[in-house]
Amino acid sequence: MAKVLVVTSGKGGVGKTTTTAALGAALAQRGEKVVVVDFDVGLRNLDLVMGAERRVVFDLINVVQGVAKLPQALIKDKRLENLWLLPASQTRDKDALTEEGVGKVIDDLRSRFDWVICDSPAGIERGASMAMRFADEAVIVTNPEVSSVRDSDRIIGMLDSKTVRAEKGERVEKHILITRYDPSRAARGEMLTIEDILEILATPLLGIIPESQDVLRASNVGTPVTLSNAEGAPARAYIDAARRLCGDTVPMQVPTERKGFMDRLLRRRAA
Amino acid sequence: MEAAAKVQRQMVRLRGRSYVAFVFVPTVPIQDWLQEIDTTIARSPGFFAGRPVVIDLSSVDLSQSGIGHLLTSLQDRNIRVLGIEGVEEGRLTPMMPPLLSGGRSCVVEPSAPKKAEKVEAKATSLLLEAPVRSGQTVIFPEGDVTILGSVGSGAEVVAGGSIHIYGALRGRAMAGVNGHTSARIYCQKIEAELLAIDGFYQTADDIDAALRGKPAQAWLQGNTMRITALN
Repeated sequence: MAKVLVVTSGKGGVGKTTTTAALGAALAQRGEKVVVVDFDVGLRNLDLVMGAERRVVFDLINVVQGVAKLPQALIKDKRLENLWLLPASQTRDKDALTEEGVGKVIDDLRSRFDWVICDSPAGIERGASMAMRFADEAVIVTNPEVSSVRDSDRIIGMLDSKTVRAEKGERVEKHILITRYDPSRAARGEMLTIEDILEILATPLLGIIPESQDVLRASNVGTPVTLSNAEGAPARAYIDAARRLCGDTVPMQVPTERKGFMDRLLRRRAA
Repeated sequence: MEAAAKVQRQMVRLRGRSYVAFVFVPTVPIQDWLQEIDTTIARSPGFFAGRPVVIDLSSVDLSQSGIGHLLTSLQDRNIRVLGIEGVEEGRLTPMMPPLLSGGRSCVVEPSAPKKAEKVEAKATSLLLEAPVRSGQTVIFPEGDVTILGSVGSGAEVVAGGSIHIYGALRGRAMAGVNGHTSARIYCQKIEAELLAIDGFYQTADDIDAALRGKPAQAWLQGNTMRITALN
């Protein structure tokens, strides 16, 4: 029972690639066999965040076009036994993705893995529509600001109409993942609240990832945030989200950084 | 005296009127024939309601009790028989419907039920049970649109009749597009980008700030659009 999960958002820079890597690693740590697939042909990033950029020989386009076999293109993660990467091509563009070719690759991946996580490019064009085309589930990454929320609404509409499941009259199970959430700024009214976002999107919440320096630090060293600092707030939030994806009931909370007394004192004075 | 005579004359005045009656021709075995009647009723209930029905017994040979039995069977199905033909008068009891003769056949047009079916096939309202997402457009020139959910920012709903939104309206709503001036727009939370009825429109800036986020309705008063709170 392999599941194809697309991580999408519409808007760029909201944390799709970070989320793909973090959820992929968190699921692999639970013992699931996971492949993360980069659909951002021409602007690939997932290989960097996974720390595998120097190991890419063949890529998704090579496999789609039949130049290489799937096992040749799959890169095994050095830290986790169950985690694999299928990178995108950096030299081609999204027109190289054909529906038939992508469908074949996804089918092949389904037979080898428990989870196939597709990292969608930003936008609503070919790359994004190919990434979501064969999905069973979707994680919609949203920042607490209006433009991101409206783009997510647009993407949800596409998930409900342009996927294979939707065309068969079935449902793509959708989850909202709110990233870069800053509880103190939300309290001051500088951000949309969680309630506002969920009211607009009318879709269940998978998790809330707090804004944190951990995320940037992790992607700079090429490690999914759930592996680089598993005790950090974003890592804990991603691990909780991965548990919810597997069907566990985990109480929803916004994980916060564990701060010392002096930090808290200084923060209050600054505010 | 004269006046009284006139009144009497008026009382006996007879008027002629013709009705098209359904003629049932029962065949043996009667049980199978009744079953066929049942399937007709099941397919379109009320098919025989209010219709005069005559039974033609010329193709069956029924005794007096047999005819009585047939009549009660029909009565059980709410079919009331107006008259009987094709049988000798002797076989009928005074309690049975009278014997008729001189009927002329004509083409039966089951007009009423056919019309009802046509109305059902061509829907005059559209119900959507999911939110209308940003970038989606709903166009229904035939009539009303009802949405159980919100209309997202950047979404568009176009209806020939009224628009009912059980949720927030954050996008555009255009009602009465075919010149239907009595069409209205209703929503539970007004945050619309644009409202239009029969070509008259208001943008977000025109909408009273005090109404924002509240239940509201929009309608046409002459050539001006009015937007008021919905209580």
